[in-house]
Amino acid sequence: MHKTFISQNPSVLWFIALLGLFTLAVTVGSEAFGTGLISTSMVKTLGKTLCLCLIAIAMDVVWGYCGILSLGHFAFFGIGGYAIGMWLMYARTEGIVLSSLSGQAIPSTAQEISDAIGNQIFGVVGSSDFPWLWAFADNLFLQLLMVVVVPGLLALVFGWLAFRSRVTGVYLSILTQAMTLALSLWLFQNDSGLRGNNGLSGLQNIPGFEGSSQAAISLAFFLGSALALALGYLLFAWVVSGKMGSVVQGIRDNEARVRFLGYRVEGYKLFIFTLTAVVSGIAGALYYPQAGIINPAELAPIASIYLAVWVAIGGRGRLYGAVIGAAFVSLLSSWFTGGGAPAIDLGFYTILWTDWWLVLLGVSFVCVTLFFPKGIGGLFDYLVRKPS
Amino acid sequence: MLRQFLTIFIWLGLAGMTFAQDLQPVLQTHADEIAKPSRSSVSVALDDLVASGAPKTSDFLEQWQDKGVWQRDADGVFFFATEDGDALTLRDIDTVAETTAPKAGFSQLKPNGGVRRLIGTALVQFQLTDPDLARRTSAIESIARRPNASQLAPLLKSIDPETDATLKARKIQLANFMSASFAPDTDDKIAAINSMSSDTSIEARAALNQLLSVKAVVSPDAPKGNVARVLKLGPDLSQDDAYAQLVAAKLAPPTVSPAAIRDALTANIDGGRVGGIPTAQLDNQPMRETAYAALAGQGIVPPLVTQAEQTNAVETHSFYEVYDEKDPAVTDAARAALDSIETRVGAAQAVDLTLDALSLASIYFLAAIGLAITFGVMGVINMAHGEFIMMGAYTGYVVQQFVPDYTLSIIVALPLAFAVTFAAGVAMERLVIRHLYHRPLETLLATFGISVALQQLAKNIFGTQARPLTSPGWLDGAWVVSDVIQISYIRIAIFVIALMFLALILFVLKRTRLGLEVRAVTQNPGMAASMGINPDRINMLTFGLGSGIAGIAGVAIGLYAKVTSEMGADYIVQSFMTVVVGGVGNVWGTLAGASLIGFLQKGIEWFNPSNTLAAQTYMVLFIILFIQFRPKGIVAQKGRAAAD
Amino acid sequence: MKYSTKIAACAMTALLGSTSLVMADCADPVKIGVLHSLSGTMAISETTLKDTMLMLVDAQNKKGGVLGCEIEAVVVDPASDWPLFAEKGRELLSVNEVDVIFGSWTSVSRKSVLPVLEELNGLMFYPVQYEGEESSKNVFYTGAAPNQQAIPAVDYYLEELGVEKFALLGTDYVYPRTTNNILKSYLMSKGIAEEDIFVNYTPFGHSDWATIVGDVVALGEDGKQVGVISTINGDANIGFYKELAAADVSADDIPVVAFSVGEEELSGLDTTNLVGHLAAWNYFMSADTPANAEFIKTWQDFIGSTDRVTNDPMEAHYIGFNMWVNAVEQAGTTDVDAVRTAMYGQTFPNLTGGIAEMLPNHHLTKPVLIGEITADGQFDIISQTDPVAGDAWTDFLPESAVLTSDWKELGCGMYNTETKTCVQLTSNY
Repeated sequence: MHKTFISQNPSVLWFIALLGLFTLAVTVGSEAFGTGLISTSMVKTLGKTLCLCLIAIAMDVVWGYCGILSLGHFAFFGIGGYAIGMWLMYARTEGIVLSSLSGQAIPSTAQEISDAIGNQIFGVVGSSDFPWLWAFADNLFLQLLMVVVVPGLLALVFGWLAFRSRVTGVYLSILTQAMTLALSLWLFQNDSGLRGNNGLSGLQNIPGFEGSSQAAISLAFFLGSALALALGYLLFAWVVSGKMGSVVQGIRDNEARVRFLGYRVEGYKLFIFTLTAVVSGIAGALYYPQAGIINPAELAPIASIYLAVWVAIGGRGRLYGAVIGAAFVSLLSSWFTGGGAPAIDLGFYTILWTDWWLVLLGVSFVCVTLFFPKGIGGLFDYLVRKPS
Repeated sequence: MLRQFLTIFIWLGLAGMTFAQDLQPVLQTHADEIAKPSRSSVSVALDDLVASGAPKTSDFLEQWQDKGVWQRDADGVFFFATEDGDALTLRDIDTVAETTAPKAGFSQLKPNGGVRRLIGTALVQFQLTDPDLARRTSAIESIARRPNASQLAPLLKSIDPETDATLKARKIQLANFMSASFAPDTDDKIAAINSMSSDTSIEARAALNQLLSVKAVVSPDAPKGNVARVLKLGPDLSQDDAYAQLVAAKLAPPTVSPAAIRDALTANIDGGRVGGIPTAQLDNQPMRETAYAALAGQGIVPPLVTQAEQTNAVETHSFYEVYDEKDPAVTDAARAALDSIETRVGAAQAVDLTLDALSLASIYFLAAIGLAITFGVMGVINMAHGEFIMMGAYTGYVVQQFVPDYTLSIIVALPLAFAVTFAAGVAMERLVIRHLYHRPLETLLATFGISVALQQLAKNIFGTQARPLTSPGWLDGAWVVSDVIQISYIRIAIFVIALMFLALILFVLKRTRLGLEVRAVTQNPGMAASMGINPDRINMLTFGLGSGIAGIAGVAIGLYAKVTSEMGADYIVQSFMTVVVGGVGNVWGTLAGASLIGFLQKGIEWFNPSNTLAAQTYMVLFIILFIQFRPKGIVAQKGRAAAD
Repeated sequence: MKYSTKIAACAMTALLGSTSLVMADCADPVKIGVLHSLSGTMAISETTLKDTMLMLVDAQNKKGGVLGCEIEAVVVDPASDWPLFAEKGRELLSVNEVDVIFGSWTSVSRKSVLPVLEELNGLMFYPVQYEGEESSKNVFYTGAAPNQQAIPAVDYYLEELGVEKFALLGTDYVYPRTTNNILKSYLMSKGIAEEDIFVNYTPFGHSDWATIVGDVVALGEDGKQVGVISTINGDANIGFYKELAAADVSADDIPVVAFSVGEEELSGLDTTNLVGHLAAWNYFMSADTPANAEFIKTWQDFIGSTDRVTNDPMEAHYIGFNMWVNAVEQAGTTDVDAVRTAMYGQTFPNLTGGIAEMLPNHHLTKPVLIGEITADGQFDIISQTDPVAGDAWTDFLPESAVLTSDWKELGCGMYNTETKTCVQLTSNY
């Protein structure tokens, strides 16, 4: 069974091999390995890009294969980040508080410790009580469970309501957009207990690894992200091949016909929606410790629209297309805004890319949609022309 | 006897002399205070100035208030002065002789707002009967801001001679408010209070509320005095608060907080033990309290106050509020008047909230109606709709750079904004959207790209600062029904524009050839084409129309809020929701959607006025649920057109 | 368009290093990082600061640079995306190897870059008024702490305007939240009852102000003098002030004092109806001193427009940059620890008169100015205090009253004076 799955999808082998090579190259070049050819900030950027690739393939499955243009998958990504961020913040603060309280003449009560942690975490936003949301923040295992469970549950409930009412097409897109908007507005409030606009910060400092350098930590996360991407790729490649994949793509092409054929369309859609949400949550949980901070702006609707754009540019309906799109656009964007791109002097006007990059990006979306609906991935079709 | 007579004579003489006196010497005796006045200390100087009786006193006070007085740095002499570039035109305070001097050697006196108010009060006696109406009005305003008992008599006296009808009415109203507080006779007071019982103005409520000011009393005895209410434990007052009041009134010993216990224990560690308990065991509250009790037993620290003692203390005392006003007749009348006012205020607030909601709904409607056409009628998702709004607003800004007259510039800007965004919409339709009619989700991406590019382009051209778009003077201010119900003219104007567009679009769609063709193309493009309609042309015009209206909405929104490159993004999601909630493909639906969202948002804000963000969150949540249960919106399309 | 071309040209010169003044003996050029958003929501405020930095670098290079070296400005764009501040900060420190960073505007962006600064031992100058409650070894706070802006403004309300009832209106983020918390506690210590303090938070870019302005006006119904303290941020102010003007709320009846509204924000609206409303800052463009006139002229020449205004964070960068240059000269190196030590006690004249001094808690002494809005979009300074020493930990919240920051003697930014221990050496982010 497994053999046939791989032999049916040679691209999976290619992808895993390339990803392995890339990971090896980065590892060898990293500061943690000793060569220092690749700076730690670059390792972090690459690691984050891998996480973005992971959510991009999830997006590709839900949109490119199942035809649901979700403009809310970054909500799940963000929830994953918040879930892990709560533990990171709590555990780090607990360490600081315990060490500062240890010098006291009288041992502290549990209440005093909890108050001190609360004050340290929420003092910044003018409060000191622990909200109920943080009930499990002291437990890594439970918070890791949250990374999977909360996005999954949200997707399940949201999807069940939406698919049951047969909200489709553009309406569904707007509905998912409303979902992520509501979530980010809620998080923006200080009262919701996740530090409002400030979000959770200092996430790159991993409790228990205070002695390790950021070079080592970022390499570890890079490797973790690569592994997650490889596993995610395998999982999705398996899901979209075989009978399941055929039904899902059938739903994309003509939902009514698939329904008439006797398939429970809602069930399939719900499964795909929830599964991709869970993977997005995991991607987020790996991303934010590398980014260092998560805040509500990350969940704003625009992020999810960009996600769709990456997939479109990379090429929908092929998993490696999503990876190419996410990596290409996000790295290019970072290069242009970082002042890396040389300015162009036209004589009467100098094009500074920090000013003009977004214009270029916007225009290229339009061009890709108009002229290359298959995206960059479509180019491979020309290169690897199959005999039949 | 003679001596007394002489004294009086000298006094009178002195008074005569001060009357003839110049103001400058008086000013110089208070030079520091006048140059750098503070609200708390300026009264002395003001009193002296007024007492001096110098003829220029009121001029000086007025000029001082308007920052028209300058001081020469060299000798501290004050002048009236007006700025003229780098020079000053100086007038002597007393002789009004004019000179000019460079500005460098002088400092302007800038009394702060609090001092200006005191100066205003001091000016009242000069201005109240002044022939100039503006001065009398300003005197009345000063009294209204800081009413005090001594002003009541002069105010009453000035009512009869008043010639201006409006001001006279205002004087009578003000005298009434002041009588309620300051009339020497109780019956006059009560009469004044009763006459206010239908007045919802803030001043009336302020006067009554001040009469009803209370102070909290805690006492071991039964309530006495003009009691406003007796506080019951539980509903009115929690036991902890009550006990805290007792402690504050020194009627009970203070409780010992956990932090205080910890500090006391820390201070009394004796050989690794406190009160006989090893410190290592003190990591929980009960143990600490035991140790503390041991210390208290030795008399080292004050004892803990137990819960039972607290309950007992609270129960043996009465907690109540007494009116500052002694006379129950007055407070009863004021209470009755205020209650009757508050009922009216409640009703007025509901009306005001409705107006606000209507205004918000009209803004949402205006922002969304262009989208209702392009999305609703044509099925095209235009993510760049917000940027068309922005383009309209910037058009308004650019026009104001060339046409300085605000009224004229708005008249020019509205059609121009329509033209600009119409052209942009047509261009976009021809170049991009035309190729994507069969791929609706991809129009979303392409137009999003356009939106990103346009937004950044606007930033590159106009910079990142917000640009001013100023409404004409006749739209300044608000339509004031009462102190509670008011709405700014600019919002009314937006409401009117929204109504006009509703009518216009209904007219175009239902009564014109174009509208007929649009509907035909919407329902069945193939059939329409075979009837000789050119669907390309119709699509282009429809899209242009929708975009053009967005441009006009942009001018309107820019007038009441801001013009930045990101203003479009603020409205786009909101607009989509308006259209979807209302029901796609129907202008009435958009109206219904905008009204629902506007009223809902104001309703939620009313429940929680201190958190506008929460209101928005709940509103979006509501919309999500609403669409789940009514996916086709409020006004659902029926029949074949409803199919996707 | 025209001036942005010019800025672009200047930026290029700064980036590439102009050849005219390159010092021959300079092996290791002095680099400063400029970490201000040039795109996204904060670009509106931060682009000006980037230009200010380029101007200051330009001026310093004309004077011969620092340590005999040309200063090179490395400009990056964190795009108002908070995680990017950490990423770009790391890049500046470890890839571009800058000696110092000037940057950030919002608190969250500062909190984002803080861990990176502390990890890599970088140095940053933060030029904006902020909420305090933080002290990092690696950051110098050249903007106002709450006791240098909010508290004096409230004192002015209480003493000079006799305000008895307060409306604290703010945008829902950390600066207004914390500031309002401090103010609430301060006001209650001054005998203002809790029910006389109305607090409201609105989202960023809020534009629908009619109801809130109505609520504020209604506060006057018990006859107490009402005053508004506004920590409303950015362009939301435009709608707010337009609504105030429309409702004819005069400064004599209900004064509004703003902590985030400066000359830059006022340039976006017509101020004729707002005359008399207040703002509290450490600098106003209208300050009548020769140094300020010079600064304004240099700025307008640099930017190529006489319409451009100057504001408080610009002055903060001006002071911060000059102090850093002096500290480097004094230390003889750009090494972070040496420069930091040299910074303590560093003095530099304010643009508004008086001398700013860098304190061991990484804050400046600054005079507090209160200005009334004038019809031409400027502020008329009506009150100026003596220099106030910035306090990292406010005295008006019980948890932070016991904390103090002293990096020079105690070597700790969060020192508990009660237990005599250092709570933590890193800052709380």
